[in-house]
Amino acid sequence: MPEGTLCNKKPIDTAEGITTLLADKSGAKYYEEMKHIEVDTDLLWETIQKTCKSRIRTWLEICAHCGMCADSCFLYLANKRDPKQVPAYKIQSTLGEIIKRKGKVDNKFMRNAMRVAWSQCTCCNRCGMYCPHGIDTGIMFGYLRGLLYQQGFVPWEMKIGAGMHRVYNAQMDISSEDYVDTFEWMVEEYEDDYPGLTVPVDVEGADIMYTVNAREAKHYPEDLAEAAILFHIAGENWTIPSKGWEQTSLAMFAGDWAACKMQVESVYDAMGRLKPRRMVGTECGHAHRASVVEGPYWAGREDGRPPAESIHYIEWLAEALREGKLKIDPSKRIKVPCTLQDSCNYVRNHGLRDTAREIVSYIVEPGYFIDMDPNRQNNFCCGGGGGFNGIGYFRKERNVGLKVKRDQILATGAKLVIAPCHNCWDAIRDLEEEFEIGIEWSFLKPLIIKMLDIPDHLKPQEEDM
Amino acid sequence: MHGLLTGPLFYISLGVCIIGMIVRFYKYFTGLNWQLDRVAYKKYPMMGLKGALRSIYKWLIPYGTYGWRQQPVMAAAFFGFHIGAVAIPLFLAGHSVFLKEKIGFSLPYMGSGAADLISWIAIVCLAFMALRRLVLPEVRILTDKSDWGVLLLSFLPFATGLLARYQVGDYGFWLNMHILAGELVLLAIPFTKLSHVFLFFASRAQLGMDFGIKRGGLKGTPMAW
Ligand code: SF4
Ligand code: SF4
Ligand code: SF4
Repeated sequence: MPEGTLCNKKPIDTAEGITTLLADKSGAKYYEEMKHIEVDTDLLWETIQKTCKSRIRTWLEICAHCGMCADSCFLYLANKRDPKQVPAYKIQSTLGEIIKRKGKVDNKFMRNAMRVAWSQCTCCNRCGMYCPHGIDTGIMFGYLRGLLYQQGFVPWEMKIGAGMHRVYNAQMDISSEDYVDTFEWMVEEYEDDYPGLTVPVDVEGADIMYTVNAREAKHYPEDLAEAAILFHIAGENWTIPSKGWEQTSLAMFAGDWAACKMQVESVYDAMGRLKPRRMVGTECGHAHRASVVEGPYWAGREDGRPPAESIHYIEWLAEALREGKLKIDPSKRIKVPCTLQDSCNYVRNHGLRDTAREIVSYIVEPGYFIDMDPNRQNNFCCGGGGGFNGIGYFRKERNVGLKVKRDQILATGAKLVIAPCHNCWDAIRDLEEEFEIGIEWSFLKPLIIKMLDIPDHLKPQEEDM
Repeated sequence: MHGLLTGPLFYISLGVCIIGMIVRFYKYFTGLNWQLDRVAYKKYPMMGLKGALRSIYKWLIPYGTYGWRQQPVMAAAFFGFHIGAVAIPLFLAGHSVFLKEKIGFSLPYMGSGAADLISWIAIVCLAFMALRRLVLPEVRILTDKSDWGVLLLSFLPFATGLLARYQVGDYGFWLNMHILAGELVLLAIPFTKLSHVFLFFASRAQLGMDFGIKRGGLKGTPMAW
């Protein structure tokens, strides 16, 4: 069968398409069909010739097969040093083979390549820092995912995720109206505690345009309210766009580059419409990578930057604390042993290695913070990156992958893990569920709100209480 | 035989090596694509240059990076061999004389004691790297025939050179073998993994630009990768 009805080479462009695919429980039929779809070898080779240029080709060619990248990969370590998990091996046995065979590979090969690409690499880019030749396997896996996606060999959830972006401009089926309603409704819930709290929608020329991860609107709506509260107390002139509010890109995990472009352009359009001084994104690593680090390139922006200056939530928070826009009540600082999860996506991939530590210096009682080892740009992926968290088909592999982070956390003795990244947060929640090591985990927003020193004029008046 | 090796064959292999590598360098840098690679190479020339130089420099210093520090023994073997592989061909007294005669100039040369020591260190390190390929599962799985070929090609000039140096058997024969081995290496450089001799700088420069421009450089975070 050249293509299946569910598993095929066509991207999903309609809401019905998504519904149909979702109706296939856990993708049972989808994966069954995948066993029989045909590889379009001509298309594969043609695509490679057009898009695989010096960088990746040279990497594949000069790899010295020295194995120095082995220990750098958390999945290699988590899998008891299985040689099949050495980064160089993983990429050469997949992408390397496809190129060597000039695209002439079969269905079985592609299904294995899919397994490797989505369950043996989270594109955390750590190994690239340990290779003497500067070979960045994570980047090559991103590229390989694109080739696999084009041929229909992509995990069910990723196919749906990319489809969501194409249809809703968000990783979940949330329309612009739903989003604005949810935000407003959440803010109303907190109005009494924070008089004057509102959510300004589509205000032109604000200082801050705030963008989120659609999971917040769908599953953690308090997060929206918390953002509003913090902007309110900090006295920021902020707004949310009713369209172009979704900062993440599951399409990036799926390798659907066209959808990546559509998604990020919706955010940049909002910038064009509202002309904010800058964009602040939520506490999410992959969202930041998608809209700020890689996004400009998908959108064809030659300067490699978004149309308005764009910062991660931790950058805004550090600045607000530094400048005294937000004040911490010293008696409420964290007094349990705690540690910090460095998100690869904004630390290793965007240099924000000290920003979160600055925040820690304001909110944690001295002596209670213990860094993981290794940390900052050398930190290990939590095990949930690259879409790994969401793929049921590879749940077992993902759970094994959590072990390295578990051991890192255990070694610190921390009881609380500060995780200003959605994927990391999810992975740490799952690792507690899986291994029960007795830790708590949190985003920064709720922690900070609990310890704020709120100026009197922003407090509820006596008679209101 | 000797005349052929030191005459036309020498010029041919040197020429092939130099021209081959110029071509490869050219192709590498013209093949970089800001949009496909997702690095704004041209927009921030100074940050790019800084990142590139930093990346090359850090990796050329023994233990200059986390990567090297993570693998101290391998790093020692690596530098042990590569120092020899660069220093001996360029700074050996005999080579100096030869180069002066053939191409009109040569570099300062070192004493024979130092040269012997460096050569032996290189050989021992090479042996260690070969052993590593056999013993460590994570390296064994990567190793293929061409890796052994490259190791052999790197070993031959040292082995034959030392045999000639200590005049084991027929000096003239070993000298010819040595020259042949050296020329084989020169010929192989542009076409095999030995191309890393030059492309190391290209690929490091690229990743350095990536970090300098996109991954933190513009944020003022110089990462020592
Ligand atoms: S460290 Fe680099 S050169 Fe060595 S095997 Fe890994 S990718 Fe190849
Ligand atoms: S990018 Fe990360 S997960 Fe992928 S091979 Fe490298 S270290 Fe492992
Ligand atoms: S989930 Fe977190 S730790 Fe893992 S790759 Fe993403 S940012 Fe890094």
